[in-house]
Amino acid sequence: MSADFLYGIEVIINGLMAGVLYALVALGFVLIFKASGIFNYAQGVMALFAALTLVGVMEGQVPFSHLINAVFGTEIHHFGWEVPALLAILLTLCIMIAFAWAVQYFVFRHLVGQEPIILFMATIGLAYFLEGVGDLMWGSDIKTLALGLPQGGSMAVEEWTAGLGGDDFYGFFIDKLDMVATVVALLLVAGLVGFAQYTKQGRAMRAVADDHQAALSVGISLNFIWVLVWSLAGLVALVAGVMWGAKSGVQFSLSLIALKALPVLMLGGFTSIPGAIVGGLIIGVGEKLFEYTIGAPFLGGATENWFAYMLALIFLVFRPQGLFGERIIERV
Amino acid sequence: MFYREAGDFKTSYEADSQTFPIAFDRYRYWAVLAIAFLVIPFVINDYWVNAIFVPFLIYAIAAIGLNILTGYCGQVSLGTGGFMAVGAYACYKLMTGFPDVSIVIHIILAGGITAAVGAAFGLPSLRIKGFYLAVATLAAQFFLVWLFNKVSWFYNYSASGQINAPERFVAGVAVTGPNTAPWAQYMICLVFLTVCALLARNLTRGTIGRSWMAIRDMDIAAEIIGVNPLKAKLTAFAVSSFFIGISGALFFAVYLGAVEVGEAFGIQKSFLVLFMIIIGGLGSIFGSFAGAAFLVVLPVALKVIGVDWLDWPTDLVAHLQLVIVGALIMFFLIKEPHGLAQLWRVTKEKLRLWPFPY
Amino acid sequence: MKDTVVPYTTPDGRTIGDVLMDMRGITLRFGGVEAIKNISFDIREGEIRAIIGPNGAGKSSMLNVISGFYNPQDGEVWFRGAKRPPMKPFQVARQGIARTFQNIALFEGMTVLDNVMTGRLTHMKTGMFAQALWKGRAEREETENREVVERIIDFLEIQAIRKTPVGRLPYGLKKRVELARALAAEPKLLLLDEPMAGMNVEEKEDMSRFILDVNDEFGTTIALIEHDMGVVMDISDRVVVMDYGRKIGDGTPDEVRGNQEVIDAYLGVAHD
Repeated sequence: MSADFLYGIEVIINGLMAGVLYALVALGFVLIFKASGIFNYAQGVMALFAALTLVGVMEGQVPFSHLINAVFGTEIHHFGWEVPALLAILLTLCIMIAFAWAVQYFVFRHLVGQEPIILFMATIGLAYFLEGVGDLMWGSDIKTLALGLPQGGSMAVEEWTAGLGGDDFYGFFIDKLDMVATVVALLLVAGLVGFAQYTKQGRAMRAVADDHQAALSVGISLNFIWVLVWSLAGLVALVAGVMWGAKSGVQFSLSLIALKALPVLMLGGFTSIPGAIVGGLIIGVGEKLFEYTIGAPFLGGATENWFAYMLALIFLVFRPQGLFGERIIERV
Repeated sequence: MFYREAGDFKTSYEADSQTFPIAFDRYRYWAVLAIAFLVIPFVINDYWVNAIFVPFLIYAIAAIGLNILTGYCGQVSLGTGGFMAVGAYACYKLMTGFPDVSIVIHIILAGGITAAVGAAFGLPSLRIKGFYLAVATLAAQFFLVWLFNKVSWFYNYSASGQINAPERFVAGVAVTGPNTAPWAQYMICLVFLTVCALLARNLTRGTIGRSWMAIRDMDIAAEIIGVNPLKAKLTAFAVSSFFIGISGALFFAVYLGAVEVGEAFGIQKSFLVLFMIIIGGLGSIFGSFAGAAFLVVLPVALKVIGVDWLDWPTDLVAHLQLVIVGALIMFFLIKEPHGLAQLWRVTKEKLRLWPFPY
Repeated sequence: MKDTVVPYTTPDGRTIGDVLMDMRGITLRFGGVEAIKNISFDIREGEIRAIIGPNGAGKSSMLNVISGFYNPQDGEVWFRGAKRPPMKPFQVARQGIARTFQNIALFEGMTVLDNVMTGRLTHMKTGMFAQALWKGRAEREETENREVVERIIDFLEIQAIRKTPVGRLPYGLKKRVELARALAAEPKLLLLDEPMAGMNVEEKEDMSRFILDVNDEFGTTIALIEHDMGVVMDISDRVVVMDYGRKIGDGTPDEVRGNQEVIDAYLGVAHD
């Protein structure tokens, strides 16, 4: 096999891994959208916020220390303890649930019945708000997330595959972290599907997704379900934030990477969990392959910035409901 | 007591459909124009021009543009930054390519070029609706910024990748370049804003404006009534982009003078202008002014209060600003989706009846 | 072969003229469901033509075919003596067909006046640049059309709410504004989809009066769907009866009333 072909395969494999992470963020969107019709632009920032919080809790930072120092002239930064990773994750999860409750209670409860586009713009406001709060709480410097996840290329895979090509091929380079992320993502999806299918709350959630009025009339509390889905979305955001954060540091650009989940959803359809996963994989592979075959050699590179959006745009013109979305029938 | 419509009878439909049907509003409008043109240019200094007035005037043009598309025609766009970049780079290429032609013509042409680009990116709006379209406009945003970054023809192969506005004159007065007087910057932006606002007002009160609003309120009914959806949406994209292109050209040539595309016209700019029209009021020309003024003044005010008075660190104030803007957006969408313009209208209705509200 | 139609004058002095719209063998399918099965009927100039039938009979689908919202899989639509090619709804509107909707479809964010002015759209020709300048052609056209619209506003007695945003109006008035918007187009054919749905007796009487007046004063041909049999039998000249997508009756109110199949459809005889 020629080296070019093998490198092409490596690009595809790496694209698949990146796609898994896109899909992870996209999952959070799908959860909220299905249950409440809210297209949550803030999902990316939620991932950032979760990662920031996790780092802050682990390092024992005092929340809002900058603000407190500025107002009272003090010099506090750390509590002086460090929290073990597992406990920190649990604490962060609690904070995400509190956040979910606050979002529902202070914002979206007042916007029930508004047009989707108004809700969408409200989530853009939420994104700004949350970004500001995250920065105020933990500071805006780039943080490293030290969870002890494996990093760097996997030597085992590299050695194992080196024999496939000729002398100029050294084996596939695959990041261990990406492999971990893939496994975690698969577990998370399995867990969510199980939750939705086999628990009472899951059934209620699906009922609400189907028809708000009907769900209300059989005694399901909409508020509870919405807090629940926002909490689940917070959980997904936490996982996505940890994975992205471990990969490229916890910083603002994380929320921009998460924007990639939007074209993923447009491909996969907003209401479909398998769609989010397949869409994520298509975008991940597509943008890597495009950059490798056309972008870098002919267009000056960095096409990953826009490829996903363009692909989604062109695709949508021909199939507005996405790959797996339900067909839209217009009526008068 | 003076603000009333009783006794102010209209005897023709022209008089009834004018911009300010109430006499008092008309007087105030002329007064504002007089102050803006005859008083402010003589009293402002460099700080006020650069911190408040010029950005306000330029953002107001962009906000009018986006309001036409989003507020009047109901198509949410997150590509404003990208379209401003088209205006800026078109203006730059024209300025350097045809140095003998007036800068005013260049800016208008830059608007025209942006209109064409905007209409092209508006084509998918026929098939894609709502936030699907909003996300699709992100394609325009990221692609255009990438394009101006990567294709060196756009920045005349300069080593820095920046574009720099050469010195140009209107009636013998420098309006671009390092030697521009503050009042000249102010005046050229003011003239463009005034003309743009008038054009926008005329378009939105007539047939085209009504077909935009019909598409916004109920696109299927609009089509059955006889609105050609393709034409309505594409004209909205084109007109909106025209204004945004002009504002981008002014932003580059008059305000900043030197621009790096990712920094000046990134996605944050798209959100900023979107926030202006949400806070100011969707579907209102006055709201575009109010929103632009609010979001230009807010950071300056916060900086004065936080950094200068309270002596807080700059980044802290910047973070607070994010929190405040985000909270305001949610607040307005919950309490007053029609923004400051609606608050203003309500105040006026009360004033009209004052002091006898019943 | 169709019989040639002869213009005639009704007892109350209105002239019923030639065939204005002729539906020939219309079949409309959604996936596997046949909403309309091979239906033919005509609408003659100046008449009030009612389409009735139980729920799900395909009446609204029929109206949607006429207004171009659905394109039938089979059959021909003839309008004013010419076969109509498949068209977009806005092109149909420009041919002179206006309609109202079963669930009111007004532009909620606009005032009553703007809504009705939107109905004049097909008559306004000024280009974008002239409109941007306003003074001159655009203003003149606006004023001319405003005069027409004001006549309709007077006619429907909604002067007082001219400048009110439509969203604030009660249901009955909204229905009237919607009628005004359709009338503003000065249509050759006016389609009314359940103009009296959800109204009380008084409002129904008002609406019936307006419909008769429109037909009488402007000579507008009207096709309407309505559930209230009393109203239908009172105001319409001829009635088409549909059931399960088929036409089961066609004729004057009296003829239809005596039709056994129609009685069965309404009283519910088991279908075999």
